[in-house]
Amino acid sequence: MTYILIFISAVFVNNIVLSQFLGVCPFLGVSKKVETALGMAGAVAFVMTIATIFTFIIQKSVLEPLNITYLQTISFILIIAALVQMVEIILKKICPALYQALGVFLRLITTNCAVLGVAIMVIQKDMDLVSSVVFAISTAIGFGLALILFAGIREQLNLLNLPKAMKGIPAALLTAGLLAMAFMGFAGIVK
Amino acid sequence: MSQNSGMKTMLNGIIKENPVFVLLLGMCPTLGTTSSAVNGLGMGLATTFVLISANVVVSLLKNIIPDKVRIPAFIVVIATFVTLVEMVMQAYIPALYDSLGLFIPLIVVNCIVLGRAEAFAAKNTVGKSFFDGLGMGLGFTMALTLLGSVRELLGTGKIFSFTIFPENYGMLLFVLAPGAFIALAYLILIFNKLKKA
Repeated sequence: MTYILIFISAVFVNNIVLSQFLGVCPFLGVSKKVETALGMAGAVAFVMTIATIFTFIIQKSVLEPLNITYLQTISFILIIAALVQMVEIILKKICPALYQALGVFLRLITTNCAVLGVAIMVIQKDMDLVSSVVFAISTAIGFGLALILFAGIREQLNLLNLPKAMKGIPAALLTAGLLAMAFMGFAGIVK
Repeated sequence: MSQNSGMKTMLNGIIKENPVFVLLLGMCPTLGTTSSAVNGLGMGLATTFVLISANVVVSLLKNIIPDKVRIPAFIVVIATFVTLVEMVMQAYIPALYDSLGLFIPLIVVNCIVLGRAEAFAAKNTVGKSFFDGLGMGLGFTMALTLLGSVRELLGTGKIFSFTIFPENYGMLLFVLAPGAFIALAYLILIFNKLKKA
């Protein structure tokens, strides 16, 4: 039951992009087409889950016993950067098809603040390993959902005749605002 | 380096290449921390400090760092200063530290900081890099404070907690998540319009 609550909360109520503002850069950057949005969502889900497991283990088995939790930020970002590199190399060897599909996005993920954000959040919320994994996967699904919805709307938006200064980012941000408003409707389902 | 070119580098960051309104970098903290003017200002200043320090250190080390590992090296430099800011804020301004929360460690992945280290500090002198960091930081701070003020004013009728109009006329929406997107959309719109004029 707790896991279902974590899932609903992370996907709908506290959507990572639309209510917590993490990962807004890729949200605006790769949402021009539904296809690329799908690729990005897949890559993020992949890295976010693995990164959360690794950072969680490092936090509990290295940083906390040695009492050096102040190194959290540095070690987490290095773990994520190394992990992204590793995933990229392994995927290239084992599953070239998936690598072809996710390739470009993988490299961008190191600077996706959602990944580091989730890694730090599960520590702050004092979750155990299983809840952390569930939380990471759900957050990634929430990210994917928002990204794909947004990309779908933006594809249509391109066909509109907008004032010049409104085109591009301002229109996209307004759309995101409306989307965020829609997601506010989920507030209160889960505490 | 003359006083003039330092000034020019700085102004470039504040207006012509404003990180938020023109380059559209660092959107996450821009949207996430601007529920009030004070938070925006605090976040801006914290980022400015990291920007300046990281720029100076990176430009000092630019000849020592091997080209192939420069990005990880830059990230370590940046993360060091972010940890420093985090500890100082936690010790001296705990209230602001609590309200900014997660976004302080996330300065590490702010694209502006890494972007300036890579695009400017790794190619320019220490002095120039300092002014570039200062300019970019001030541009970022200005944008965040402006957005924070707009949201605070529309949401609660206050700016920096000074009442401008009674709170019951405020639109709470602007303090919440959707208001962040909408307010930023219109600010960029105005900036675009002014730039063309």
